[in-house]
Amino acid sequence: MRSKRFERIAQRPINKDTFVRPWPEVGLSAAHSPFDPAPSLAIRDGAIVEMDGVASGDFDLVERFIALHAIDLGTAERAMATPSREIAKMIVDVNVPRRQVLDVIGGCTPAKLVDVINQMNMLEMMMGMAKMRARRTPANQAHVTNRKEHPALLAADAAEAALRGFAEVETTVAVARYAPFNALAVLVGAQAGRGGVLTQCAVEEATNLRLGFKGLTSYSETLSVYATERAFVDGDDTPWSKAFLNAAYASRGVKTRFTSGAGAPALMGHAEGRSMLYLEARSLLATRAAGSQGSQNGSISCIALPESLPEGLRAVTAENLIAMLLGLEVASGNDALASHSEIRKAAKLMLQFIPGTDFITSGYGTIPRPDNMFGGGNFDVSELDDWHVLQRDMRIDGGITPVTEERVLAARMRGAKALQAVFARLGFPPITDAEIEAAVTAYGSEDVPDRDRVADIDAAQRLQHGPMTVLEVIAALDAGGYGDVAANVLEMQRQRVIGDYLQPSAIFDERFRVRSALTDPNDYSGPGTGHRVDGERWAQLQALPQAWEPREWLASLDGGGSAPWLEELGTAQPGKGMEVIVAVGPAYGRALTRTIGGLDHRDVLDAIVAGLKEGGVAARVVRIWHTSDCAFIGHAGAQLSGSGVAIGLQSKGTTVIHRRDLVPLENLELFAQAPNLDIEAYRRIGYNAALHARGEPAPPIAVRSDNTARLRLIVQTMLLHRRETGEVEREREPTEMRMVDAGPR
Amino acid sequence: MQEPIRTGSGRRLDELTIEALRAGRLAPEDFRISKAQLDRQAAAAEAAGYRQLAENLRRAAELTALPNERVLEIYAMLRPGRATVAELRGVAADLQRQGMPRVADFLLEAAEAYAVRGIAKPA
Repeated sequence: MRSKRFERIAQRPINKDTFVRPWPEVGLSAAHSPFDPAPSLAIRDGAIVEMDGVASGDFDLVERFIALHAIDLGTAERAMATPSREIAKMIVDVNVPRRQVLDVIGGCTPAKLVDVINQMNMLEMMMGMAKMRARRTPANQAHVTNRKEHPALLAADAAEAALRGFAEVETTVAVARYAPFNALAVLVGAQAGRGGVLTQCAVEEATNLRLGFKGLTSYSETLSVYATERAFVDGDDTPWSKAFLNAAYASRGVKTRFTSGAGAPALMGHAEGRSMLYLEARSLLATRAAGSQGSQNGSISCIALPESLPEGLRAVTAENLIAMLLGLEVASGNDALASHSEIRKAAKLMLQFIPGTDFITSGYGTIPRPDNMFGGGNFDVSELDDWHVLQRDMRIDGGITPVTEERVLAARMRGAKALQAVFARLGFPPITDAEIEAAVTAYGSEDVPDRDRVADIDAAQRLQHGPMTVLEVIAALDAGGYGDVAANVLEMQRQRVIGDYLQPSAIFDERFRVRSALTDPNDYSGPGTGHRVDGERWAQLQALPQAWEPREWLASLDGGGSAPWLEELGTAQPGKGMEVIVAVGPAYGRALTRTIGGLDHRDVLDAIVAGLKEGGVAARVVRIWHTSDCAFIGHAGAQLSGSGVAIGLQSKGTTVIHRRDLVPLENLELFAQAPNLDIEAYRRIGYNAALHARGEPAPPIAVRSDNTARLRLIVQTMLLHRRETGEVEREREPTEMRMVDAGPR
Repeated sequence: MQEPIRTGSGRRLDELTIEALRAGRLAPEDFRISKAQLDRQAAAAEAAGYRQLAENLRRAAELTALPNERVLEIYAMLRPGRATVAELRGVAADLQRQGMPRVADFLLEAAEAYAVRGIAKPA
């Protein structure tokens, strides 16, 4: 036997996601493995001789590196002796300053960190993130790539991402040899969109560093770190090589961020039976040990693996928090596709979105998903408005600013044309005007012409291996008439000399002011403190281009106060005989002229009267003044009706069939969903009312049902009802009305 | 009063202008951060409680003296199985001589770790 409901549920997007039972031996456990070590630490002669149950002689590379550099020996003994629950309480206690928490955490081993975090539930961890993230102002990062590696499209997309307020724009390649071109396109595009946006091109480490040397990138987050020695070696690095690379970038004034996350060691086959959270705690301590300013974590591209397990998302949130507790900048994932289910995807986002992180996503795809060369695209360009609305709903700054189409098109044009000028002056394969035009209005790479890829790769390789640097790019922009873009790119180079953006969590605002853990430290200490969405920022986040002006809409419906086709005859008297009264609301046909469904009031009344006539009953129209409520309008009409039956008709179109003996909120039939009523429905309402009046069987009218009507039209409903209520005259008796031929509508 | 920021090549920050670039007076070296400036950033990081970051910036300060290609070479040697322990110690000694004690120590520490764990290229 098969339930049709279970069958249907099984086909839901959520059930395309994978769910398995834990198997800790192979690394399939999120936050609790029976093989996770218990916290321990022994220090002798100023050196760690045992950590989490392992003697220093048996340390693998990662443990050795952590013991040498990550753990602050001055606070370690006190921290390890403090009960984990007490540390966890310090994390959520708004009266304990962030700096004090950082000090205690600085003395914790990986297992101790896990033990602390495992005292906390989701809400407490989110509270911890709000308090412990390094930078007060949250930000966001964009992913800009395309399948064709089209330079004009990359530049246009980067310009748009910059305009939308992304603090960092990351690109990568489908074909590795494109790297310098993609880096260049994104650099020029971003600086054309808004000065101060940090850009990078994620490629192999050595290539990446060369791009940094040339000034074509300003940050790098490709520095993967791993939890175990074997995973490191499989990744062709060691903690020391990664730390050296970190220093190398800094020596050239390039910001770096390490990357790690739940599930990666298990995927590499090196989980060693540990939970994902414990392994990530090790990676994060290695990150700190290397002197990285920050981490991209939150499982990143492995997200589906922890999500297949119980408390997977709790573990992913926990690792964001651990990074913050270690004083690291956090770009908190939400980049790779997290679910087939929109519900699950959005719910997962809230874990970082609500508390705020340094970068809510470590890559929001501001391009169509098929053009996302990071292979993920949890969110893409088509979902930007969803993001905007969530920010507005919750008064939360998720780092993306709503902008108008007009401004986006202008920025895209500027970015693409600036790159065209650079290509022309540096002798790269030309970007044609037709390509620019296509790139500016494109949805994705399918909308831009194909280029000679061999020629592009050739030129890209010349840029990579030749002497050319960003200085030639600046000169080309300047000579090509893009002085403002040249000035922004030049300023990015000057900032490399200053190095303020090497401090934790650093970004630039549009005036090149550094916002970092030093200049914009998170000072959250409870309600009214920390980052608040106020003033200009709140104005920006509210200003959805699609938000309409309710005053204008209501004014457009104004009937001017009189209905030439509906004549007033005087106070209505009780009727006799077989008649049905059509009782209309105080605004009907005068202050308002159309129903919420857009039907002309005259047509509606005509249809009802025609239906009554068809049913063999005379119609009498009265206007009710003392109420705007549909039930009471109908009820009042029924008191005057010769048959005792009346139709109550509000100006917004809501209709009721009423009878004299019923209490006001009872009815014979109610048509509450006015947007779903068409002219034919009103005719049938008239006809049925006639049947009721004559005491004949009247099968209830089935009207079209649309569950979204209220969702779509509630504001209009509210405005129309308010307008009608404004016309109410409490003491005024119902008026007898007559429809007259007032000529064409 | 704090000294003005200078580039690795010794220029003042306010010399890095579009006019100077147009006149061909600026070279890539003029946009290199200086050792002094990185040491200054290290001190700021340390004071704010970011000890490990400060250490990294001090290593970076020393690395400003090395040409790009040399930096890439040393990075390559630090990858697993690329250099013998003796070769790593040799580089450390070179760097020590060139006035880069922190990076030198860091390489010695790596050499020792690689020796213990069998990560270096067999001699």
